[in-house]
Amino acid sequence: MDANRSHRLRAHGLKLAHLMTLFVAMSIICLPGLWIVLNSFRPTVEIMAKPPIWIPNDLNFDNYRAMFAGAGEGGVPVVTYFMNSLIISVTSTAIAILVGMAGGYAFARYRFRGKSAIFVGLMVTRAVPGVALSLPLFIVYARIGIIDTHFGMILTYVAMNVPFTIWLIDGFFRQVPKELAEAAEIDGCTRWQAFWRVEFPVARAGIASAGIFAFLTSWNEYALASQLTRSVTSKTMPVGLLDFTSEFTLNWGGMCALAVLMIIPALVLTFLVQKHLIAGLTFGGVKG
Amino acid sequence: MAEVHLEKVVKKYGELEVVHGIDLDIGHNEFVVFVGPSGCGKSTTLRMIAGLENISGGNIRIGDRVVNDLPPRARNISMVFQNYALYPHMSVRENLGFSLKIAGKDKAEIEAAVDEAAAILSLTPLLDRKPGELSGGQRQRVAMGRAIVRHPDVFLFDEPLSNLDAKLRTQMRVEIKKLHRKIKTTIIYVTHDQVEAMTLADRIVIMRNGSIEQQGTPLEVFANPVSTFVATFIGSPPMNLIDGVVKGGQVVFSDGTSLPVPPRYSAAEGQRVQYGVRADNIMPIGHALPPEEHMAELDMTVSLSEPLGTETILFGEISDTEIQAKMLNPRPVEPGETMRFQITLDKCHLFDAESGVSLRT
Repeated sequence: MDANRSHRLRAHGLKLAHLMTLFVAMSIICLPGLWIVLNSFRPTVEIMAKPPIWIPNDLNFDNYRAMFAGAGEGGVPVVTYFMNSLIISVTSTAIAILVGMAGGYAFARYRFRGKSAIFVGLMVTRAVPGVALSLPLFIVYARIGIIDTHFGMILTYVAMNVPFTIWLIDGFFRQVPKELAEAAEIDGCTRWQAFWRVEFPVARAGIASAGIFAFLTSWNEYALASQLTRSVTSKTMPVGLLDFTSEFTLNWGGMCALAVLMIIPALVLTFLVQKHLIAGLTFGGVKG
Repeated sequence: MAEVHLEKVVKKYGELEVVHGIDLDIGHNEFVVFVGPSGCGKSTTLRMIAGLENISGGNIRIGDRVVNDLPPRARNISMVFQNYALYPHMSVRENLGFSLKIAGKDKAEIEAAVDEAAAILSLTPLLDRKPGELSGGQRQRVAMGRAIVRHPDVFLFDEPLSNLDAKLRTQMRVEIKKLHRKIKTTIIYVTHDQVEAMTLADRIVIMRNGSIEQQGTPLEVFANPVSTFVATFIGSPPMNLIDGVVKGGQVVFSDGTSLPVPPRYSAAEGQRVQYGVRADNIMPIGHALPPEEHMAELDMTVSLSEPLGTETILFGEISDTEIQAKMLNPRPVEPGETMRFQITLDKCHLFDAESGVSLRT
């Protein structure tokens, strides 16, 4: 009896400790994000105050208003930056996913000469730090005249993302049993139909997650974009953040406001795709 | 009408030949079972008929068409896979109707065909579920339903029951047989389970190392195995085989005991042979079937008994070879007890010791 009770108490205690630890860990992870959101609504005086003011007493939209105001009044071309980011990220993600699907499917389903060497080669490209490429890229892009263009940035991000999407999607197609496509072929599908009507929908969840990764990589990338974009025509939002720095001052409030605008689409996208991620995991077509 | 003809069908993977020129004619509505141990080429042969593997030589004809280079969709066949291969993102209804939808049939027609197939396999209450929500037996029935919905010329089954538990397997076996009665189509069925082969087949094709070892009705291959391979593969428990030498019309075993050469078999004097006797034909006297024309008797010490209810399997030894015998109307048997056994010579077999080939005249 007593042994039972003490075990039950211990189980409760452990659970409590578990939840507390999780709470603390999550707080530490989330705090910087919250701080940014909070700062975007506060005047610079309060942000810079020492000792820090934890509980805000003056929240307003001044930073946002200033950001959207014209140049010279502290404004930056937010809408243009946003569109640049969107065009570059969406296009490069779409291309990376298409190439990744073709490549991942080939690696998962076919045997060909040099398969593992090619695969390792793709992975090795990921080992090169992006910044190390910035100077060579800059020179090449400048020579062929695609510096400061959407096309140049899309090309860069496709190259960055393709090895990763191939690797991820290969893994997901491996989990789709070969028999599904064979059954579809026997049911009257061509090879192409079997892929699009059976294998693709089954692997959709995985492809979507590869898509999120690729999108977020392009959306958040700063190091290369800061070198390869020069003007409003192609600057992405992370690069746009630099507009808030001037020779002697840093406009923290404005920066935070732009950062919040950057975070929102990423959050929305993740939520949208998350539904797919869960819906896609209803396996059970084969005995496993 | 759909006969299936294989003419010298060969399959090679690079240099490695895994199916060596198979000839086989399968009649309309016939239920043919390919059986053999793993790696014997039975699944590969089935997949070549399906069009999932291309053939390296020979011809495959379905009906009067040569289908060698036709893709699976042009062969009018359907197939049930070992792991079912149901489309996990579709409901049972969509799974069943998928082939008709691909064929561009209109909605009403698809619905009628799906309802009919669902009724045959008692799937009607499950039509709106996803495969993930079904039990193994139900998934198996959906896989069969997907196959029958299109009224194909030929049904192919690739070890469809091997993922089910023993009880369900017996049940589905009966359902498959009933299904064949109902829909009257040519069926080619692959299994490594000789019980499935015996119970389902109109004709058994026993394969070994990429060739056909023997084919015939279940009773023919059981009664007249052409080799020790077939003799030990078909029938449970497997046929007892005892090494011996022929001397003066007797087969003498290494421990000195001997049995007469069975009727209808002939062997040269001094030839090394294997003597084959099934458990059903070696029974303890007093617990046996009434004797037939040619009988022999010998003593054997029982080392182990396996009671099965209506009969008991007795384990003993003749010349260092483990023998399984069958006891009818069983009584308890203690290990170590020596009993006298009767052997029905008319049902015994003799094989050449070297080649394993039957010495039947």
